[in-house]
Amino acid sequence: MSILDFFRAKDSENSASVARERLQIIVAHERGRNQQPDYIAKMQEEILEVIKKYIDIDQDQVTVQLDDTDDCSVLELNVVLPDEKAVETG
Amino acid sequence: MAKIIVVTSGKGGVGKTTTSAAIGTGLAQKGHKTIIIDFDVGLRNLDLIMGCERRVVYDFVNVVKGEASLKQAMIKDKRTDGLFILPASQTRDKDALTQEGVEEVLKGLAEDGFEYIVCDSPAGIEKGAQLALYFADEAVVVTNPEVASVRDSDRILGILQSKSQRAEQGDEPVGEHLLLTRYDPLRVKNGEMLSVEDVNDILAIPLLGVIPESQAVLKASNQGIPVILDKETEAGQAYSDAVDRLLGETREHRFLELPQRGFFRRLLGVPA
Repeated sequence: MSILDFFRAKDSENSASVARERLQIIVAHERGRNQQPDYIAKMQEEILEVIKKYIDIDQDQVTVQLDDTDDCSVLELNVVLPDEKAVETG
Repeated sequence: MAKIIVVTSGKGGVGKTTTSAAIGTGLAQKGHKTIIIDFDVGLRNLDLIMGCERRVVYDFVNVVKGEASLKQAMIKDKRTDGLFILPASQTRDKDALTQEGVEEVLKGLAEDGFEYIVCDSPAGIEKGAQLALYFADEAVVVTNPEVASVRDSDRILGILQSKSQRAEQGDEPVGEHLLLTRYDPLRVKNGEMLSVEDVNDILAIPLLGVIPESQAVLKASNQGIPVILDKETEAGQAYSDAVDRLLGETREHRFLELPQRGFFRRLLGVPA
């Protein structure tokens, strides 16, 4: 730390730690997703198509997750249904 | 048995070709017969960095397609004994390389007595990049201390672990090596740049080397001389250390700290 550093603007301070935190989060998130088999994304799309036939929902309201544990795999399908009123009026 | 090393990164512009040229040259300097192959079909640049652009007659795609022999296409480096370059084609046909074709070429090189085959990968995660890493025994992942580069490096590590031949056949995994380039200790000290520890924490693979940001790299590419030959510079020395580590020797990491400065320079914050 020099005398000039002392007078420098504080807002640029330690952007590296912001970068580190953002990276830790996104990298952990993407690793989880990338370890899934290739067909999961395609399956998610097709499941969405079927649900769309009956209910008006968006892409981001359906998540498909495959969890592998030692001796079994769990396919988790999570659909956020819109509330009744929205469906009737929409 | 030839050892195949891929130099890869995902992100473009981080120093893959500079690194391929430096590592290939360094291995040959150590007495190992080495060839550097440019996998960047359509955007070849290894020839320029190695200073042999005017000697390209045939290229990698010609060999794969049987239009030229390996011997005709390989360029013998004029500066370093035992070093050869196989340039990429400038064709716009992205499918010019095939997995079988690449495998044939690599086999031919191994039979020719090459000890190291350095594959200079194109940027991205498309076919060219996948072909460059498919047959690799070792991977040098070139990364800048910057968010986009670190994220892309993590992505390419995932591909190495799932799409390489070693992964598909269930063999011992591809050896992973982190090479951090364009490192600026002053900016790290001021909290403006990810430190080597930060990047290492996130990617969690063994550190092969840290190449400091250096004017010598541009100067070397201007002249078509691999920067590792510039022994006076920090970048050249850092690459030499990295090659030694790749060969299994122990070298302490250098150039991670700011050079010592005099009292007044330190007081005024003037870079050394």
